[in-house]
Amino acid sequence: MKAIRLPRRFAWIVAVALLAAAAAQAGRVPLPQPQQVPPEIATSCVEDTDVMRHKHFEFILHQRDETMHWGIRTKRHSLKNCLNCHVRQRPDGSYPKHTDPDHFCNACHEYAAVHIDCFDCHFDGPEKAAK
Amino acid sequence: MKDDKARDQQAQLAPAEAARRRFLAGVAGAAGVALAPGVLLYGVAGAKAPDAPVTDQVRWGLLIDTTKCATECDACVTACKTENGWGQNEVRSRPDQRAHWIRKLTVKDRSSGHVMSMPMMCQHCETAPCADVCPTGASFRRIDGIVLVDKHICIGCRYCMMACPYKARSFIHENLEGQKPYAPRGKGTVESCTLCVHRVDAGEQPACVVACNRDGHKAMVFGDLRDPNSEISKVIRARGSTQVRADLQLNPGVQYQGF
Amino acid sequence: MSKIRFTTIEGRSPGFYALIGVLGVFLLGAAFAWHTMETEGHWVTGMSNQVIWGTPHIFAVFLIVAASGALNTASVSSVFQRAEYKPMARLSALLAIALLVGGLAILVLDLGRPDRLIVAMTYYNFKSIFAWNIFLYTGFMAVVAIYLWMMMDRNMTAFARPAGIAAFTWRIILTTGTGSIFGFLIARDALGTALLAPMFVIMSFSYGTAIFLLVLVAAYRWTGRPLGDAAVLRVKNLLSVFVISVFYFVLVYHLTNLYFTAKHDVEAFLLLDGGPVTQAFWWVQIGLGTVVPLALFWSPWTKDSIAAAIAGAILVIVGGFGQMYVTIIGSQLYPLELFPGKEISSDFFDGVVGHYAPSSYELLLGLGGVALSLLIVVLALKVLPFIPERLDDAEEGAS
Repeated sequence: MKAIRLPRRFAWIVAVALLAAAAAQAGRVPLPQPQQVPPEIATSCVEDTDVMRHKHFEFILHQRDETMHWGIRTKRHSLKNCLNCHVRQRPDGSYPKHTDPDHFCNACHEYAAVHIDCFDCHFDGPEKAAK
Repeated sequence: MKDDKARDQQAQLAPAEAARRRFLAGVAGAAGVALAPGVLLYGVAGAKAPDAPVTDQVRWGLLIDTTKCATECDACVTACKTENGWGQNEVRSRPDQRAHWIRKLTVKDRSSGHVMSMPMMCQHCETAPCADVCPTGASFRRIDGIVLVDKHICIGCRYCMMACPYKARSFIHENLEGQKPYAPRGKGTVESCTLCVHRVDAGEQPACVVACNRDGHKAMVFGDLRDPNSEISKVIRARGSTQVRADLQLNPGVQYQGF
Repeated sequence: MSKIRFTTIEGRSPGFYALIGVLGVFLLGAAFAWHTMETEGHWVTGMSNQVIWGTPHIFAVFLIVAASGALNTASVSSVFQRAEYKPMARLSALLAIALLVGGLAILVLDLGRPDRLIVAMTYYNFKSIFAWNIFLYTGFMAVVAIYLWMMMDRNMTAFARPAGIAAFTWRIILTTGTGSIFGFLIARDALGTALLAPMFVIMSFSYGTAIFLLVLVAAYRWTGRPLGDAAVLRVKNLLSVFVISVFYFVLVYHLTNLYFTAKHDVEAFLLLDGGPVTQAFWWVQIGLGTVVPLALFWSPWTKDSIAAAIAGAILVIVGGFGQMYVTIIGSQLYPLELFPGKEISSDFFDGVVGHYAPSSYELLLGLGGVALSLLIVVLALKVLPFIPERLDDAEEGAS
């Protein structure tokens, strides 16, 4: 593919825009860094990451009604399944609560200021963490 | 997982199509046939496949023999607390505010002085007053006869508690932590005995029944009231059963012997 | 009724702002109470798994029932075409909407999950009378608002009567629905009877008219507008008929229960040994709420006294709260009979009379609902012309 030559002015605009963005970024809440699932647990999620980012609640909501009313208990889109992989044990052996910054769900939800209703009733960690 | 793939296909179907398949699955479920690849259906006697919807070919019931129920024994209550996580994490509520999914009831006849003991919990009525009065449909009867609260749409109005003749329901008066993963419970919603629906869906018996049998009293039988060959049906056919407040004609799935 | 001039109130006096301030303080109190109940949970209240509905429901049901009854004056004027009530019709309709808003606010804020109000408006179980009531309440506000418009818009007055008939029909259904919330409960011995529906309708007539009388007198006296004795006494006479009608229903209710052996225990609880419930029944509901007002309204020494009419109306409201306490709390304090005729006991208060001590949070929430209703009335009177400049006897004589 042939390289396209851009006018020098364009480079200036890009540079200024990048600087402005960086400056704005400096004064903002840092982007969330949700905990990664280690590869020995799972190499991929139940859907592509991009799909999960946009649609995870649709999956959970759908599954919720199916389970509640029809007793369908497949794992793929169940909340328990999410938590089993995504809520990781800390080095000290404890598990993050849904209100802690290192809880997988809370990392983004706090950033986006979207309240998670789930954990008002549901246990917020992997099944093995339940007493 | 194969099951998951099938579920995924069904999830993508239009609602009407999904409903049709669900209906067919329900019809076929009784016979225990494979309807479509991956939608393998089992006979009602065994465990339900995780992706199979519940059907009305089953009606779960519980039979309690009060003559075998010992006054001092509360194994069923303890087992229920352990299984479902109530009775431990309510720290601010007064005793009259705490949840009680199951309790031991002592019934004394005024004239003869005859005393009997029995567990009392959600009676899983066929025409459940709680489900009738619930404004949002959060209280509902699953088609296999288990009465549940869909806490996702419960607004905490407590009308169901006003309507229940058995005082089987509890409202959660405080923030909770440390729930069991399979028994969500939370502030501002109503809850009650689920007949251990998570165990039943996995083909197991409710925790209270297991405890009662383990501790030797063997006062409880769990099973399918609609299956004439189930143990519960056979025992009821042979020796009869009574329902609490039978005069209300709610046809509870929890039935008793010995009074 | 040739010339009735409806005007807004001035609303600039220190007294006006003081009134707004006092009501505002009550609203703040309710906001605090609600915030506490919402973040902490209902453990801070006197309500429990034995007494499920408490003081908020006493206030809420009272206001909702009274809302329907506050429309009486307007209905008498539009539906039964009694011209002498017409000047008061607008205030009557305004009060109806305001009381309903106050009552509903309490009911909603007492929910375990008030944040899910949207769920209550998107998921419906049509076998539930509660679900129907959500439509009846919102519909009532819409119908009465349209009725008000027809009355207040000079070009629409021709439609005031049909709108008034619609509102009248709607309110009868509405209060039937409210009474049925309790009437449809098979579980509770003191409830679960069809009688509660018509009884609530007639209770609404009584409570609503009493509140209307007080608001009418306050609105005129506090703004220095002339108010003739005849107008007040007319409302008082209407009220006295309603008070005796409520008593009739109460009498029939208890006589029927006393006839049924199965109901003897619950009747003994309500009328004889129910402690606070029995006290509330005899002293508040019957004594203060029925006998004393009737004496004030009818005795030859006080029947023409405005002060007696005001006192009587206040007592009817007090009695109404007593009746709500007996109906809502009394029916729950009496234990559920799982085995009728037998004694039951457990570690969960089976077979024993319940205990209920309201917390200050519940009281604050309830009073906040009342304050909200009154604030709506006060502000509405300032914004739109709801009341005639004068309602004195001379004016009526001239018409």
